[in-house]
Amino acid sequence: MLLPMKWLKDYVNIDLDSKEFSDKLTLTGSHVESIIPLDKGIKKVVVGKILNIEKHPNADKLVITTTDVGEEKLKIVTGASNIKEGDYVPVALVGARLPGGIKIKKGKLRGEESFGMLCSLDELGISDSVIPKEQRDGIFILDKEYPLGTDIKDILGLNGDVIELEITPNRPDCLSVVGMAREACATFDKEIKYPEISIKNGEESISDYVKDIEILDKDLCNRYYAKVIKDVKIESSPLWLQTRLMEAGMRPINNIVDVTNYVMLEFGEPIHAFDLDKIKDKKIIVRRALDSEKITTIDSVERKLNPSNLVIADSEKPIAIAGVMGGLDSEVTSGTETILIEAANFNDKNVRLTSKSLNLRTEASARFEKGIDPNLCEIACNRVCQLIEEIGAGKVVGECIDDYIEKAIEKVITLRTDKVNRLLGTNIDKNDMIDILEGLELKVEEKEECLKVTVPTFRLDLEAEVDLIEEIGRIYGFHNIKNEPLRGALIRGEKSYDKVVEDKVKSILEGLGMNEIMTYSFVSPKVYDKIKLSEDSEKRKCIKIMNPLGEDYSVMRTTLIPNAMDVLARNYNYGVERAFIYEIGNIFIPKELPIKKLPIERKMLSLGMYGDVDYYYIKGVVDTLLERLGILKCKYLREENHPSFHPGRTANIIYKDKVLGVIGEIHPDILENYHIKERVYISELDFDTIIEIANLERQYKPLAKYPAITRDLAIVLDREILVKDIEEKILENGEGLIEKVDLFDVYMGKQIPEDKKSIAFSVTYRSSERTLKDEEVTKVHNNIISKLEETFEANLRS
Amino acid sequence: MKDKISKIKEEAMEEIKDLNNMEDLEELRIKFLGKKGELTKVLRGMGKLSNKERPVIGQMANEVRQDIEKEINNTKESLKKEIQKKKLEKERIDISIPGKNIVLGHRHPLVKTIEELENIFMNMGFSVVYGPEVETVENNFDELNSPENHPSRDLTDTFYITEDILLRTHTSPVQIRVMKENKPPLRIVSAGRTFRFDDVDDTHSPMFHQLEGLVVDENVTMANLKETIDTFIKELFGEDMHTRFRPHYFPFTEPSAEVDVSCFNCKGKGCEECNGTGWSMELLGCGMVNPKVLQNCGIDPDKYSGFAFGLGIDRIAMVKYGIDNIRLLFENDMRFLEQF
Repeated sequence: MLLPMKWLKDYVNIDLDSKEFSDKLTLTGSHVESIIPLDKGIKKVVVGKILNIEKHPNADKLVITTTDVGEEKLKIVTGASNIKEGDYVPVALVGARLPGGIKIKKGKLRGEESFGMLCSLDELGISDSVIPKEQRDGIFILDKEYPLGTDIKDILGLNGDVIELEITPNRPDCLSVVGMAREACATFDKEIKYPEISIKNGEESISDYVKDIEILDKDLCNRYYAKVIKDVKIESSPLWLQTRLMEAGMRPINNIVDVTNYVMLEFGEPIHAFDLDKIKDKKIIVRRALDSEKITTIDSVERKLNPSNLVIADSEKPIAIAGVMGGLDSEVTSGTETILIEAANFNDKNVRLTSKSLNLRTEASARFEKGIDPNLCEIACNRVCQLIEEIGAGKVVGECIDDYIEKAIEKVITLRTDKVNRLLGTNIDKNDMIDILEGLELKVEEKEECLKVTVPTFRLDLEAEVDLIEEIGRIYGFHNIKNEPLRGALIRGEKSYDKVVEDKVKSILEGLGMNEIMTYSFVSPKVYDKIKLSEDSEKRKCIKIMNPLGEDYSVMRTTLIPNAMDVLARNYNYGVERAFIYEIGNIFIPKELPIKKLPIERKMLSLGMYGDVDYYYIKGVVDTLLERLGILKCKYLREENHPSFHPGRTANIIYKDKVLGVIGEIHPDILENYHIKERVYISELDFDTIIEIANLERQYKPLAKYPAITRDLAIVLDREILVKDIEEKILENGEGLIEKVDLFDVYMGKQIPEDKKSIAFSVTYRSSERTLKDEEVTKVHNNIISKLEETFEANLRS
Repeated sequence: MKDKISKIKEEAMEEIKDLNNMEDLEELRIKFLGKKGELTKVLRGMGKLSNKERPVIGQMANEVRQDIEKEINNTKESLKKEIQKKKLEKERIDISIPGKNIVLGHRHPLVKTIEELENIFMNMGFSVVYGPEVETVENNFDELNSPENHPSRDLTDTFYITEDILLRTHTSPVQIRVMKENKPPLRIVSAGRTFRFDDVDDTHSPMFHQLEGLVVDENVTMANLKETIDTFIKELFGEDMHTRFRPHYFPFTEPSAEVDVSCFNCKGKGCEECNGTGWSMELLGCGMVNPKVLQNCGIDPDKYSGFAFGLGIDRIAMVKYGIDNIRLLFENDMRFLEQF
């Protein structure tokens, strides 16, 4: 909200500069986001009168004026077409400064000298969004005669500051100058001066003009207060009124509309003025709209309504959408003679829903949807009447119509003073509490150790004791509360075992050169096609977001593989030569579809890489990780049917009877889908299971005391036979003497038949009890060779 | 004979002088001292000597042998040194060539930030807990006293799965879970993913991260809250950082405050970055747990009180590492990740 300091000072005596004022106000809860100076560096711009206008000899679009600025008469060339002789206008003299640091110099326009510049409001730094429509194009013509040479800043009020405030949703009462004046009074311990509202009671009665006002839907309209103004003369508002509106960020329209807006800014009550002559049968009905009923609002848009929208209607049709916007037909126009001033109290939720469903947010709806004190209707309506009279825009007709369904009453809250200090951690004296509460216009009555606090109706937010504690706290100042360390038993901060394992995994992977990535939990449903999952794949059973930001973010992921592929593809596309990535993140498995209960969130680990790597590289990473986690004896079982992977280079990783995950080379079709022209390796592991089976305990085993004997062994056998099976066979026949079996060569090629491979192991024999003899090792070793020959039809390679 | 021996010594000594490698030195040793060496030859003729002469010559020969041996050893030593010296000189390398590329992986900057925050709070006695990303409307809004028509509940603010299930919009539902499942005293923090209906731009992402903190015990005060936050901010950003507690509104805390900290750029003096205010705005929201929320979780607000706070991790990571675009955090460009 924009709050002009000059306006505020009408109600409260502030003698601080804007910066200090803002800093202190911020500390009591009204956050000042910025301070906007109004003069914007304007210098040497004065009032001038156009005496004479002549054609420019060399340019059709320019004219030469003689402009009287008091001390001298200046020749000024301008391109403006809206001026006439006798107009009073702002003149930037030679040497003047305009907003944005523009400097005015003596100049020559098409050969004619010019000694200054006639200014538009825009050039004086006023935002295009608030400049009256008739003033938007061309030089600003002043509303009346002013002493020539007067500084334009004094006339347009371009001095002082406007402060921009962030008002929290619980304080709709602060969306007004009066509301902020109350806050300022409480903050700076001042007395508020409310505007004195008095209206002459006209001779006639409103009943002579309005037949009936009827609220049909009382749940949506708690009060309808109205007055009538006759002999209305529509024209521009006086300049003081216009400048106030502009400073507060509103565009002046005409005197009547401006007054209603002025009062809305002043008190926070939106007011609407109807052209009474356009209201059929002079009847006002507040009712729900009929299905498909239509109204054209003052922004000239036709809107289709439904029964969830509240309207103000005459005997025939809607004339306004309640609390949102008036209708075009009954709008106040230059020909309007009699008006109805409406100050009503509409249901906040309903205004919010209507405004949302019509996608129509206005100053009025923004205020109604947060809630307004119904007692404000009368005050605001009378204030409008008073101002209309004051500026001579019309005559107020006597009496009013006031349909008030449920009168707002002042709440009474009991406040325990010790509770205040116990919650805030302070020692605020009871009398100081009373002062603070009374400073906020709350009435306080002492009752033993408690205070009986009566809350004015404009404070809709104060309902419970803690609300009052907050009021005391914020006015006392949070910055004045002295810090105190937490007390109580010494507690040790802990993290769960899961987290300990996760940290360990990250450290291991980091050591293995893997980089951690973070990707969105939601993905496009298309990713399942992209990684070619079969139509009936369980992973396609994913949770859909009702209102996604777009298809790309519309379902909760059920595998991390597409995310990893995305990241690899992006890096490949960026020209990154090698990428090694991992992510630990949740997948979301519905318990049923459509879901009724929260889904299972399962933690998964994905690993991915490309660039000078092969299957054995990623397997090395996984093997090392599992080994370091104490997950030993995992089996790799060939997987030929995973649609995302290379059928000959993929395995499922099995631990006991659990599938830990999958590892392999990505299928070329999928690489094509991701536009990657290099081999990519991915593994996805069930991280929750890893946590479950990880064993971080370690027990020392004595170091070997006796020497080892190492024998090499090279065999040629069918290439389909897995190394793992051969290793197992070797160990099986080692008679307990084998310490380890190391594979050191695999050869396929010219030297051996095409369907064969040559494999070489180095077998280490060692006993923990004695020094082995050569002969006994030879015996075991030879036996192993013959067992291999037997089992795998292997030949010893010489 | 004496002369012969002396001559052998002289000759040997002379020859040793000119030697410059181990092989020649060994040859020389064999030549003079070997079984068929010159000195041995001479000694073989000792039988012819008289009993009187024999010990004298014998002693002399031994002395000469020792002298030659000593000289050979000395030469050997110096030769060895010289050879090593030459070798080392030859092995001289360009010590400026970059080291072998031993690749270590990198942790994501957001995770590093989360770990740092968690560690700070663990040292302050907070336990680290987690909550699910998909939550109930009840935990995310209702139990947190969020008004029924609060705009944050709108479809334009929150991602819904069903009417009752959503993607959590903040980490605050963890408060509800912790309070419902445990009895005070409670002292926890919880970091994690959160989601809001924001299109991706330089400063917004539909997925972001928060850290939630909650303390519930007897006699917990706003003064405790302030001390906790101040300690945390100083731990994270340094002793010279100050805080400002600005009264604010959150449905689940009362009183509520937003915390500004000294501008990261000017440390509070006032600069362009902070609009001259000296403050970096809205780093953290906090307040005393609303009694209604305590009640919703079955905790007696007359016996217990508590405070809660929440902060945006992405923003802190961006401030810490000088990252100017939130998209970088989720693009996972290696060239970005490898900087951490």
